[in-house]
Amino acid sequence: MIKKFDKKDEESGSGSNPFQHLEKSAVLQEARIFNETPINPRRCLHILTKIIYLLNQGEHFGTTEATEAFFAMTRLFQSNDQTLRRMCYLTIKEMANISEDVIIVTSSLTKDMTGKEDVYRGPAIRALCRITDSTMLQAIERYMKQAIVDKVPSVSSSALVSSLHMVKRSYDVVKRWVNEAQEAASSDNIMVQYHALGLLYHLRKNDRLAVTKMLNKFTKSGLKSPFAYCMLIRIASKLLDETEGGHDSPLFDFIESCLRNKNEMVVYEAASAIVHMPNCTARELAPAVSVLQLFCSSPKAALRYAAVRTLNKVAMKHPSAVTACNLDLENLITDSNRSIATLAITTLLKTGSESSVDRLMKQISSFVSEISDEFKVVVVQAISSLCQKYPRKHSVMMNFLSNMLRDDGGFEYKRAIVDCIISIIEENPESKETGLAHLCEFIEDCEHTVLATKILHLLGKEGPRTPQPSKYIRFIFNRVVLESEAVRAAAVSALAKFGAQNDDLLPSVLVLMQRCMMDSDDEVRDRATFYMNVLQQKQKALNAAYIFNGLSVSIPGLEKSLHQYTLEPSEKPFDMKSVPLATAPITEHKTGTTTCCRLICTGKLPEKLAPSRQDIYQEQLAAIPEFQALGPLFKSSEQVQLTEAETEYVVRCIKHTFARHMVFQFDCTNTLNDQLLQKVVVQMEPSESYEVTNYIPATSLPYSQPGSCYTLVQLPDDDPTAVSCTFSCTMKYLVKDCDPNTGEPDDDGYDDEYVLEDLEVTVADHIQKVLKANFGAAWEEVGDEFEKEETFALASVQTLDEAVGNIISFLGMQPCERSDKVPENKNSHVLFLAGVFRGCHDVLVRARLALADGVTMQVTVRSSEETVVDVILASVG
Amino acid sequence: MEPLIPRIVALVEPSLYTVKAVFILDNDGNRLLSKYYDPELYPSMKEQKNFERNVFNKTHKADNEIAFLEGMTVVYKSSIDLFFYVVGSPQENELMLVAVLSCLFESLSQILRKNVERRCLLDNMEGVFLIVDEIIDGGVILESDPQQVLQKVNYRVDENPLSEQSVAQHITEKLALTSHVLQSAKEQIKWSILK
Repeated sequence: MIKKFDKKDEESGSGSNPFQHLEKSAVLQEARIFNETPINPRRCLHILTKIIYLLNQGEHFGTTEATEAFFAMTRLFQSNDQTLRRMCYLTIKEMANISEDVIIVTSSLTKDMTGKEDVYRGPAIRALCRITDSTMLQAIERYMKQAIVDKVPSVSSSALVSSLHMVKRSYDVVKRWVNEAQEAASSDNIMVQYHALGLLYHLRKNDRLAVTKMLNKFTKSGLKSPFAYCMLIRIASKLLDETEGGHDSPLFDFIESCLRNKNEMVVYEAASAIVHMPNCTARELAPAVSVLQLFCSSPKAALRYAAVRTLNKVAMKHPSAVTACNLDLENLITDSNRSIATLAITTLLKTGSESSVDRLMKQISSFVSEISDEFKVVVVQAISSLCQKYPRKHSVMMNFLSNMLRDDGGFEYKRAIVDCIISIIEENPESKETGLAHLCEFIEDCEHTVLATKILHLLGKEGPRTPQPSKYIRFIFNRVVLESEAVRAAAVSALAKFGAQNDDLLPSVLVLMQRCMMDSDDEVRDRATFYMNVLQQKQKALNAAYIFNGLSVSIPGLEKSLHQYTLEPSEKPFDMKSVPLATAPITEHKTGTTTCCRLICTGKLPEKLAPSRQDIYQEQLAAIPEFQALGPLFKSSEQVQLTEAETEYVVRCIKHTFARHMVFQFDCTNTLNDQLLQKVVVQMEPSESYEVTNYIPATSLPYSQPGSCYTLVQLPDDDPTAVSCTFSCTMKYLVKDCDPNTGEPDDDGYDDEYVLEDLEVTVADHIQKVLKANFGAAWEEVGDEFEKEETFALASVQTLDEAVGNIISFLGMQPCERSDKVPENKNSHVLFLAGVFRGCHDVLVRARLALADGVTMQVTVRSSEETVVDVILASVG
Repeated sequence: MEPLIPRIVALVEPSLYTVKAVFILDNDGNRLLSKYYDPELYPSMKEQKNFERNVFNKTHKADNEIAFLEGMTVVYKSSIDLFFYVVGSPQENELMLVAVLSCLFESLSQILRKNVERRCLLDNMEGVFLIVDEIIDGGVILESDPQQVLQKVNYRVDENPLSEQSVAQHITEKLALTSHVLQSAKEQIKWSILK
């Protein structure tokens, strides 16, 4: 007996859900009436609904019970009740993955698909395709082709959409239906048009020519479906992006013409496509921006949202283009949809003037607690970019951020705020103390380990150099008492920095350190013990090497070298110099735990470090026997282009520097489809006493498959100052003509050569960037034994910024203490550079710059090796 | 300095797969129907229900039509004690999602004779399943015109005379129906007062 309304539900009022107390087993029991004759359509329908409802609620059906119910259901095909039949199709689709032998219904579905009842045909096709795998697809191929061109729109649409779903599994079969899809595309029905276009594009998307043709046809003939128009706009803008053609092409004209379509959906799609195009000029943007402006006053919230979200994106690249909409955006500030209001304000923050900042910030703080975290992050990002634009506003921003930091919010939100405060501190030295105070307050009650360690690391770096370092000690030591292991360890590292920098705090820090040595966690104890011992030595050099400035080696490289060392134990102590250096200098933004004292980390890194680009090269080069004796890879340069764009062969070079050698890696691509190149080498003629010792050819370069060949060069031993050299390069190879279609080469070939551009080796190739977090300490550590100083006049340089940029790129060294940023309106500046010279000699440069009729530069170089100092000075001169 | 916009974000891969998910919740945030079309988006039931819960919490207080949650664009609409949601990728044309949502709502409104409320919806659940199936197929918009959808579903609210059932049962059902009408009237009044 089925009762539609359960008595219990009736009484409980709000729980009046006829499906609420469904028991899977009871429903399956009920399903037995499927076998009764005659079939009672109403009852069966209700049971099927219950089964689908249960599946939808996430109820798990075992294979046996599902299969049993499925087989019972197949009997219902005998009934001619329309709704019941439709529910059978739904059940088939829902159970396709959980029941066995679902293909049993194939013939019933095929019958319905080709039958007279149009209401059944479309849904039957969709159910059938859901249970058909690629092996069975051929059996129904004929019916599918017919269905695609059927004159009943629902049948044609169903067949097209099902074909699209099946492309993933059976591309080869479905692609044979392209002619039928083509025919369907000219249907009068708008949905059939849309579905046919979607399928056609999906089948042809890898053939650019075919896509272009298709696009031309449809843009000319004009489609009726707004969905199809949106699809065409997307295809057109993708094609434009791939061809990187100018915006004078017919494709761009088509997209622009869609701005005048009568359907808002199409207009918006076109505007959005134009806005997202790279390198759009202000003139091209203008019409798109003005339709978005119109949408801003639409009564539909979704349209206002879409418009302001897109304008927000435009404002990132072209703030001036959006200024015209400022008035409309102002009206949206009070929109009841807070997402729209937030986007409007953040857009205005990007386009507005400095004077409007205070007003907007006040407005946004009135409802910031109402918006979702996603949008709070958007607000923080807007503030961040605003601080860069108007540095003078940092006190307003800092205030606002600290309020946000106190509010509730998820990790992403808090991280965005912390990052923003940190970047303000770094940009504006005068905001440092307020910023640090806010952050100190935040870590007092911070549930996110990553943020706490990051802030502790920052405190360790910046705190000791503030006028009143002692006030931070309490905040840091509170962490040691209250927090988890990772935070405690970071706090210990931060404490050590205070002790190392401030002599008067040292005794107290030592007392605190002593207490940390009792910690229950190994890592915290190890760090405390290590720092305790270093600090007790009271040596500046030790402090600099082990407390202020971490290791500069590549971590995966260190791991590998240590592993190697344990496999082949020797009498010699492990040599840190045999470990390749880290390429990207450890940024100051990383968490505290990763930067400090890696030496004593007992394999407890917070996250697995991905191997860097250089680690990958190191591995690749080590696999080539000729290069195995070269030692660790010291530095790999950026790619240098040795051919013009769009030539027959494309050659790029990467310069790998080793202790006494250089390896030039030439990545070559053959762009001629009727040629096969073999035995490819790049012959190099040096201008100085560099000696080419070996060529390793690329055995074969088929069309469009990149390959690499190498040239090994020995650096001049007798003259260590010869750091720069010019090589003239020629690519030599054996050409075999081949069939462009099959790639089958002729038997005989001939030798040929191709002249490449010259390759320069400069002093930067011999120096690896290394970040010294505390340059002053490193400067003292190296000492003045080999210090040299010289003054230069840079006549051709006009600004300090330009001079700083030139020096950094010329020497290829790492700027420290953010000295690469020249403060505005200053006439003098000091630049600090750090690096390691080939052969593992630390080298530090201090350049004092003064602006007066060109730039005068006094360079002081320190290094552990005299020749290195000479090399640097000689190359600057 | 300009923030860098990754190129990938700018390009929407042309595709018919527009809808990532659609769901209907009651006024306690319980799932009445939901369909997820992208297997990579919330593959497990637990993740789906978490998402629905989060979306519900952020949207049920204010009828704002559109929101951006967990990196997805969500368009929504409420009626008495029901909440309808359509979810798409952040690059998706918001108006397409709105078209799907309004088609769903209009179609349901028609078969439910404008009584778009929980009880009535649950009593016609098979019609609801069929309508959703006719509007979206595997994430592709199959139909967006409510009249077409109704024609294809061809569903009538269950009121036809009973042929095989006993008169007694017929009466019980009629009674139940009346009390249900009363119930729903009560709820409607309650909701209109609460609003």
